[in-house]
Amino acid sequence: MIVVPPAIQRIPWKLIALLTAIVGFGILVLYSAAGGNWSPWASQQSLRFVVFLTIALVIGRFPLRVFEEHAYLAYIGVVVLLVAVEVLGFVGGGSQRWLNLGFMNLQPSELMKVAIVLALARFYALLPPGNNRSWTALWPALVMIGIPVAMVMLQPDLGTALSICIGGIVVMFVAGLPFWWFGGTVIAGAAALPVLFSFLHDYQQKRILIFLDPESDPLGAGYHISQSKIAIGSGGIGGKGFLNGSQSHLDYLPEGHTDFIFSTMAEEWGLIGGLALMFGFFLLLRWGTRVALKARTRFGQLTATGLTMTIFFYIAVNLMMVMGLAPVVGIPLPLFSYGGSSMLTIMTCVGIILAIENDSKTGTRRFH
Amino acid sequence: MARGKRPPITEAWRGITFTRRALLVGGAQAVVGAALAARMAYISIVDNDRYVLESESNRVNLTLIPPRRGWIVDRNGKALANNRVSLRLDIIPDRLQKRERILGQLQTLLRLDGDTMERINRDLTAASGFQPVAVKEDMTEAEYASILVRLPDLPGIAPQRGFARYYPTGAAVGHLIGYVGTPNAEEYKRDRDPLYITPGYKIGKDGLEKYFQPMLKGKPGARRVEVTARGRIVRDLDTQPDVQGKTVHLTIDADLQEYAARRMGRESGAAIIMDCLTGDILAFISMPCFDPNSLSDGISNNEYSWLRADDHQPLINKATRGLYPPGSTLKPMVAIAAVENGVDPSERHTCVGGYRLGSRFFRCLGTHGSIDMPTAIEKSCNSYFYWLAHRLGYDAIAPTAKLLGLGEEFQLAGSNQRYGTIPDSAWKMRRFNQPWSASDSLNAVIGQGYVSVNPLQLAVMTARMVSGRRLYPRLVNRQFANEPLPFSAEALAVARAGMDRVVNGAGTAVRSRLPLDGITMGGKTGTAQVRGLASGSRGQSGAWKYRDHGLFVCFAPVENPRYAASVVIEHGMGGSRAAAPIAKDIFTFLYDRQKAMEALETLEAGWGGTIKERMDRDYAAWKAGAASDPNPELPR
Repeated sequence: MIVVPPAIQRIPWKLIALLTAIVGFGILVLYSAAGGNWSPWASQQSLRFVVFLTIALVIGRFPLRVFEEHAYLAYIGVVVLLVAVEVLGFVGGGSQRWLNLGFMNLQPSELMKVAIVLALARFYALLPPGNNRSWTALWPALVMIGIPVAMVMLQPDLGTALSICIGGIVVMFVAGLPFWWFGGTVIAGAAALPVLFSFLHDYQQKRILIFLDPESDPLGAGYHISQSKIAIGSGGIGGKGFLNGSQSHLDYLPEGHTDFIFSTMAEEWGLIGGLALMFGFFLLLRWGTRVALKARTRFGQLTATGLTMTIFFYIAVNLMMVMGLAPVVGIPLPLFSYGGSSMLTIMTCVGIILAIENDSKTGTRRFH
Repeated sequence: MARGKRPPITEAWRGITFTRRALLVGGAQAVVGAALAARMAYISIVDNDRYVLESESNRVNLTLIPPRRGWIVDRNGKALANNRVSLRLDIIPDRLQKRERILGQLQTLLRLDGDTMERINRDLTAASGFQPVAVKEDMTEAEYASILVRLPDLPGIAPQRGFARYYPTGAAVGHLIGYVGTPNAEEYKRDRDPLYITPGYKIGKDGLEKYFQPMLKGKPGARRVEVTARGRIVRDLDTQPDVQGKTVHLTIDADLQEYAARRMGRESGAAIIMDCLTGDILAFISMPCFDPNSLSDGISNNEYSWLRADDHQPLINKATRGLYPPGSTLKPMVAIAAVENGVDPSERHTCVGGYRLGSRFFRCLGTHGSIDMPTAIEKSCNSYFYWLAHRLGYDAIAPTAKLLGLGEEFQLAGSNQRYGTIPDSAWKMRRFNQPWSASDSLNAVIGQGYVSVNPLQLAVMTARMVSGRRLYPRLVNRQFANEPLPFSAEALAVARAGMDRVVNGAGTAVRSRLPLDGITMGGKTGTAQVRGLASGSRGQSGAWKYRDHGLFVCFAPVENPRYAASVVIEHGMGGSRAAAPIAKDIFTFLYDRQKAMEALETLEAGWGGTIKERMDRDYAAWKAGAASDPNPELPR
């Protein structure tokens, strides 16, 4: 029997294989979307994946303690960055989401998706069990979610704000807050929907209205949804074949390499390709959930659940959007769409979940 | 839920709660995931057909190629209407960028005038999508080439090599053939044919072009191209050639048609030449006429106003739509009716310069003395026929007139006929609720009063009289029975002999005897009053529109009739003066072209050139006049 060195054994080969499969598939689609060229997207995406995978593996080797102890610090740091973006945007005139760091554009709202989960998990891990049903279990969490959400909405970026909300709320939910708080919020939220709607920007309102009736504006804003559905629907079961997608190659499908990459893929690979990709995502999310269930600490449990939810939210909203079940909110498909910011966020999530998994293998379960 | 009943919160409880809720979250994710998979399956399986179709209609842009129209040829295969190459330029609105700059460039390159630019701008604003807007048709090769070399800088501009209708003899065939034109919104709504909105496609609008539209139109070709969302053509997928429309063969003799049209000169009138053996129409003339080439190319408002303003009415087909009192041309017909009703043609009546009916005296143009029936035709003696009409009554004559085709509407391809009136007592009672009077008979017998006919009927009458058969006029090879007429040979012989003597005896048209050896023409002149006798004018002078019409019906050769014709010259002042000389030259052309052409060329030199030359000059003069008119009539 071949003895595998422990250092090799500790590398999460299965996870790497899964991520590589998903991203690799994405790179094939990007290659096709560029009309059968490695540039401008496929080669860049490959390079980026190698870098971010390395980062994720490195993060995975950090002791979980490091994240737990620096959770609040990270949260405050990202809030400062968000303010900085606002100020710069105000000075520069118009909305801004980026901080130019020279070598890359940093989008602090992306980092917030991770930071909010870490901060809330830290908060509930410290909260004594007896306080779980009290007011003290609620208001700090609401403030922590409210501040970044308000700032992101100012940008305005509805998709990211929702993502931050969902990540935070799921942490609150699994932390064991009373069930009826959530039920009540859902009902109250439904009632407040028209009011919230009126707070949205004109173009956001239009997107939602058009989502409800895409045919009302087939050449305008409904064009995205219509063309996306045409791409997916015309792919059929087996697809039109690699490099044969007319919707993407003839530019009928907008954003075919970023937000609507799933449609580009489905046109050429059909239902089979779509289900295979969804199965890949399923494996990734199942891994995240299992890590959460087996986590050694309460912080690990809450963090893993929250980050898994963040990844899921990306996937679900993007797929709903391209299939015409959600308005066009501008959320890319994790690991698949071309772009650095979303891959950075997802790989950070994966890295932290990996750290939780490694942590759970190191000792007995403890919740304090 | 009361506070007291809750279990105490412990770490163990919290652990269980976490596991339960984490599984719940995971389960919810799985449900959403399954729903998404189902949704995708629904789109790509159930809705697959629909989306494949939409994807194809995105990708493929179908351009129809208008079919080449079938030719219209004469009895010898000579083209009366064919197609010529036409270089045209269109704008595809969806692909047009920088509209102002490109339109400016086109204006310079093609030297478009302000009116055209205004029309293009108006059409562009009204047009949508890929429906092209015409910029210019019939460009010169130089203009076409100048566009082609700049094409990469002119997005949305589509030069095309197509075909346009061409009528080699122009105005000579206008009323016979009709013309083609771009389908209008109403026609598109009716037929829903996508071809109708393809630039360069035209349908028959009038005459034979309209009547034979289903035969002539052909089948369109199609060009399928793959286009990007921005309309750039990626590649040609396939091209299906068009199928040219079928050729329509007419009974017309193109050379005769053109000769007769030219011979009409500056007069307003109509002429029909028929074959007495078959009923074939050899020439079908109504002059003056519009140039069908102009109408087919999209006539300008100016030119159309000019046509409408002309008091010679070039837009009206006088051959079948013009109704005239036939005057004395009906006298041979009356002779047949009289013989059939038992009058002996050798019986004599004395003309004393008129005929007394009660207190009224009906004038004759001369005092012919004692004459028999053929002489009465020869001299066109009104008294003799007044006497016949008084004796027989017009009810005895009208059936013969109708048998000979007067008052009849013929089944003639593409014609729109007004068939006039052959009156009788029943008609008058029906129409005016008045009894027929003897004076009505006297007026009717000399082709005045209630009688009105069109030139085609006059030609048919003549052909039927000289052939003794019920010939039907035809423009295409259509079979009619042409059964013998129930007239005695004696009756027909009297009419024919009388008409022979009109030209070759001492009759009213001796000056129009054919200048040929061995071939003679028989005929009958007619002069029809435009204003009633009561007005005091004899219609031989004064304003053009009050002058008498000149009519002439004729046939040749006398011994063995082969051709029959009618010539009507509006306000020509007399049959022998205006109509008979034209008939003479037309018949001469049938037997001796060279001699006829010499006669025509001499005449045309006096008139100021060929039809086209005269029309061009008249139009230019009219335009110069209309330009100073502050409020020109714009009919469209």
